[in-house]
Amino acid sequence: MAMIQVKNLTRIFDVSKPWLNRVIERLPKAMLTAVSDVSFDVEERTVYSLVGESGSGKSTIGKMAVGLLKPTDGSVLINDIDLSRETDGGKLDKARSDIQMIFQDPYASLNPRWRVREIINEPVSARGGNVVGLAEKLLEQVGLSSLDADKFPHEFSGGQRQRICIARALASEPKLIVCDEPTSALDVSVQAQVLNLMSDLQENLGLTYLFISHDLTVVQHISDKIGVLYLGRLVEEATPDELFENPKHPYSQMLLAAAPKMDGFGREIDPPQGEIPDPINPPTGCAFHPRCPIATAKCSAERPEMRVVRGARVACHLAE
Amino acid sequence: MADTTPAPKPRGRLAHWWDGDFAYQFRRSPVAIISFTVVMLMVLAAIFAPLIAPYDPFDPASLNLMNGFSSPMEPNAFTGETFWLGTDDQGRDVFSTILYGLRISLFVGAAAVGFAMVLGITLGLVAAYVGGWVETIIMRIADVQLTFPAILVAMLIFGVAKGITPVEYRDQMAIWVLIVAIGLSDWVQFARVVRGATLVEKNKEYVQAARLIGRGSGAIMLRHILPNVLSPVLVIATISLALAIIAEATLSFLGVGAPPTQPSLGTLIRIGQGFLFSGEWWILLFPACTLLALALAVNLLGDWLRDALNPKLR
Repeated sequence: MAMIQVKNLTRIFDVSKPWLNRVIERLPKAMLTAVSDVSFDVEERTVYSLVGESGSGKSTIGKMAVGLLKPTDGSVLINDIDLSRETDGGKLDKARSDIQMIFQDPYASLNPRWRVREIINEPVSARGGNVVGLAEKLLEQVGLSSLDADKFPHEFSGGQRQRICIARALASEPKLIVCDEPTSALDVSVQAQVLNLMSDLQENLGLTYLFISHDLTVVQHISDKIGVLYLGRLVEEATPDELFENPKHPYSQMLLAAAPKMDGFGREIDPPQGEIPDPINPPTGCAFHPRCPIATAKCSAERPEMRVVRGARVACHLAE
Repeated sequence: MADTTPAPKPRGRLAHWWDGDFAYQFRRSPVAIISFTVVMLMVLAAIFAPLIAPYDPFDPASLNLMNGFSSPMEPNAFTGETFWLGTDDQGRDVFSTILYGLRISLFVGAAAVGFAMVLGITLGLVAAYVGGWVETIIMRIADVQLTFPAILVAMLIFGVAKGITPVEYRDQMAIWVLIVAIGLSDWVQFARVVRGATLVEKNKEYVQAARLIGRGSGAIMLRHILPNVLSPVLVIATISLALAIIAEATLSFLGVGAPPTQPSLGTLIRIGQGFLFSGEWWILLFPACTLLALALAVNLLGDWLRDALNPKLR
């Protein structure tokens, strides 16, 4: 049984103007489909990565996974508990203590008025747990000094703050950590340190990660499985080796071709064509067809289902 | 490898604060130092009025009508007594009445701002955090109230409250009614500023981290958001204090504020203006100058505070 089961997950945001403006300007309601019919499973003790451009819905999926947003349709089951629909308070609390999140911006994710000790202890102290020595132990576990517990967040650098965030995420001994672009706000040199730390912790503590990123090189090394998102839809799901060696969806191919390569200095490549379409008025059929080099008439008429193609799941009529 | 550097001796919080940016800004601003000194002197004078004042102006037994209309620093023609700032028609020492008046003015001002602050912060915080129709209702009420001058709102509330209190309690209740009236006319600014700051803070990731672990809305608002929205409130509170003191003086001057049995600076000015054209200028001038100095000092302090707490204005 998979730890996370995402089934037909859909999230629609109402981004309409205020009612009065709509009446005066005769505008219809504007509904933005951030996530559309996404399904995938994450096995326990593995790292599942979601990659995609800005606006592809990857953070929205992460927020729905931890219960910060309610799905419009479909569900996220974590160990068979649906956070947005569970009514049993005890079960919900137990499920919440198994889930934690690491955020993108280490400058906004720590309360500037709290001491590091209080920040790290909160997930435990909020439930009335014993926090004696907890912050010190966790700080050392993430490579900081136990003396840092009495400091305030502004006394730390971005990388150190992210370590504090990791320490907080570990405090309640969770089984699942959703990492929402945890390294994208950091310097490249610090990114590697933080990633290695997260990778070590994952192995040593038997954690499951749902890792959200736009950086393919980051994802390649840490993941057991990668899901590629385009305009709120999952277009391909494969192991890193399979995806990087042999991408099957035209979008994955374009994404990989556009990624910077160390040995490819001065290489001639075609830049990606077009832009991600407006999610308020998504294209018919396959969302990628306006940019796809191999699109046919069928692509603009019929939305492709996820199907298994040579060891990967792909949503493309033409992949084989 | 042995750690040879001795750990730095932990310094007291006060010393740390004194070396901090805020204290540094204060030390190099003469305006801040002077206005802070003036405000502190007035606050101390108000608190210790019974000890400092040479006479108790509200003890009828100690008053001598023969002392009436004594000029400042001149011995009285009948009794030979000398009063620093002169006396009024009843023979009350103006300096003493100012000290007692300062007490009422400062107390009413501070309590009204405190009341406005609690009300405004609570409503602003709830409006922004809850959102939806709760926010719409609270903020529309605030907008409507802003279209009326604060002093009119205060007079309206004062008049209604006076109408419903029994006659025998009116003088006792007057001060409290005044506080509520000024407070109710002044909460809007606090609510708007707190709402704006809360709208920014509530979407920050540390708030999401708290929601994620199942913290309730109350705990998040009080423990997470409130400490982060308080610094603009401090600035407004200081400037509001000056406005509240002036509002109280205005109401008292118009005769709807502090009763003559508990005169504030505004009441003293109203009493004094009756004697201005008959030559007894000191009865009006000294309370008026005190009010001016107080309001100016508090205002300058507020202005400095705003600059000091907002690094973008430096």
